Amino acid sequence: MRPEAVEAMLPFLSERFANPSGAHAMARDARRAIDEARDVMACVLGAAPGQIVFTSGGTESDNLAVLGVHDRRGGTLACSSVEHHAVLDPVLSRGGRLVRVDEHGVIDLDALIDMVDGGTALVSVMLANNETGAVQPLADVAKVVREHAPHAVLHTDAVQGFSWLDVHELTSEADLVSISAHKFGGPKGAGVLVVRDPSVLTARQLGGGQERDVRSGTHNVASIVAMARAAELTAAGRETTVARVVALRDRLAAGLVDVVPGVVVTAAEIERTAGICHVCVEGVESEALLYLLEKRGVYASAASSCSSGAMESSHVLAAMGVPRDLAIGSLRLSFGYASTDADVDLALEAIPAAVERLRLFTAPATAGS
Amino acid sequence: MKVLSAMSGGVDSSVATALLVAQGHDVVGVTMKLWGGDSDTGCCSVSDVDDARRAAQLLGVDHLVFNFGDDFARDVVGPYVLAHAGGLTPNPCIECNRHLKFDRLLARADSLGFDAVATGHHARVVGAPPSLRIARGRDRAKDQSYVLYVLDSARLEKVLLPIGGLTKQEVRAHAAQLGLPTAAKPDSQDVCFITRRDGRRRFLGERIPLRPGRVIDRHGAPVGAVDAVELVTIGQRKGLGVAGSGQPRYAVDVDVAGATVTVGTADELQSGSVRVGDVVLAGELGTGDVLVQCSAHGAPKPGHLHRRPDGDVVVRWLTPQRRVAPGQSVVFYDGDLVVGGGVALS
Repeated sequence: MRPEAVEAMLPFLSERFANPSGAHAMARDARRAIDEARDVMACVLGAAPGQIVFTSGGTESDNLAVLGVHDRRGGTLACSSVEHHAVLDPVLSRGGRLVRVDEHGVIDLDALIDMVDGGTALVSVMLANNETGAVQPLADVAKVVREHAPHAVLHTDAVQGFSWLDVHELTSEADLVSISAHKFGGPKGAGVLVVRDPSVLTARQLGGGQERDVRSGTHNVASIVAMARAAELTAAGRETTVARVVALRDRLAAGLVDVVPGVVVTAAEIERTAGICHVCVEGVESEALLYLLEKRGVYASAASSCSSGAMESSHVLAAMGVPRDLAIGSLRLSFGYASTDADVDLALEAIPAAVERLRLFTAPATAGS
Repeated sequence: MKVLSAMSGGVDSSVATALLVAQGHDVVGVTMKLWGGDSDTGCCSVSDVDDARRAAQLLGVDHLVFNFGDDFARDVVGPYVLAHAGGLTPNPCIECNRHLKFDRLLARADSLGFDAVATGHHARVVGAPPSLRIARGRDRAKDQSYVLYVLDSARLEKVLLPIGGLTKQEVRAHAAQLGLPTAAKPDSQDVCFITRRDGRRRFLGERIPLRPGRVIDRHGAPVGAVDAVELVTIGQRKGLGVAGSGQPRYAVDVDVAGATVTVGTADELQSGSVRVGDVVLAGELGTGDVLVQCSAHGAPKPGHLHRRPDGDVVVRWLTPQRRVAPGQSVVFYDGDLVVGGGVALS
């Protein structure tokens, strides 16, 4: 977390602990903190304060968007085949359809046109992919939706994009926008769904109606305040941070390609967020690679983890047509606003050594056993 | 030594890990995720991984999860299904040991710089390289040496079986003393990828066609019927539709292709020998006089081994024994030592 965000949340875990829904002075103090946070979030997201719905994070925001719209309006649902599971699974649970992507992971707009019609209730396309960083052409998607699915609500999962992209501008055509605090230096367990028009959906979580009846539950005041502080700092420093981190990312990718034979940079030819350097390493298994890297102080990830903690094969790489043998060696190296040249140096030292070691041993997955 | 300790989430592997820590080894726990489908227990459900991780945390060791699901499907579940389709009686635990625990995991451990892999099997490694052997565990009722016969000396150099010298009672007492939440967890049993609720019939029925078969006696006279000939095992008595009067009758032959089960008396089930293929031997046969065990908890019976030129081994029983179902593993012992084994042929 950003230290400023930690600092911002602490008073609300101690002396300013009141429930903002209460009716006394302490409650009003907490309520004011929430209202101020709401103003900040509205500003950075390009929405009105009344359109900000605080949630417990990206998954809840995505579920509320997809299921909330379907509950309210019925109809058919569609999303890209590379969405996060928090979108994919709700869409599939309501019989929705997946729109294919090209080899770079970019949504196929012709396929989208074929799949939607007047009966489409919701189209969900992420702003940037959480595994590869690939940025989707959201403005083009919006055009297709308005023209070919006039009754559809457009939702975008901007969880991965917020740190690196001008979300304010890029999501302006979306009716619903999800973000999550922990992706930009805020705490885990806080997020937002931008709801431009509450009449498009039904609440999923019922109770006290705290968030304008779109979402119930006592406000997580400390986390909401910290999220707003982190969002403010992220948006203010975004341009400088992105320029600096893109250079780090590109140096890392180029360094790996230079030194390690058989490294393929994922989605190299298209726009990607600065925060992810995703590569596939031929002839190694990322599960083994990650362990060797952590021993050297490099904490990376592969695809996504399931509830058991095991690595699951990536549906994103599969949708892009990356061969399974190559996808097994996927490696996701993430950057934050605080990443440094020294971090890249360490990775460029550790990764080639680890790959070399693993290649000395037979890889049963490719050789068979 | 740097040891990778395979932790299923059960009490045996939890205590095995604890013993390694107490012995001063540098230990990392690992749970293999092998099966994504339903499971009563075994190594794969989220709750078992949780149990393993919590035990590792309490013991102060790091815990990893490796996903070997593709390997398990290819090397264990696939062959299990195919074996049934061919009327054989497979033992998937042995294939899991052969391909997963002591091949895939061992290779992974090697590549990550570990000196050995440990498991919570009730068996012991005895002797010295290059003639290390598997020996029965101290707790005879829980002995698992049978499912480890595939391990040769080279592999055993990298295998530790820390609880082989303990009884199950001692293992549980040790776990309770350490405050491990797995202390009172029931033993796992049966095939880990088949649930008690759905059973073997449903599992196989979703993967291969199960066909009804006729049941005949030794003279070819029809005496009953079964609804899935692929599920009948040599020696089986129940479920053949031949219950009732007279002496008990057993399946003495299963012809899957002809969808026919032949039944006979207990005497007709007896055989003087069994031929064994896919043979693994720990060394020279010597006199060939051994004790032979034909199921995980079966009683060992004396027999004489005869090596055929094609590599198969024929076991000649000292006194006639029940026919061994084709597909079952047949393991040879010299006293408590495993000297080899293989798979019964038809």
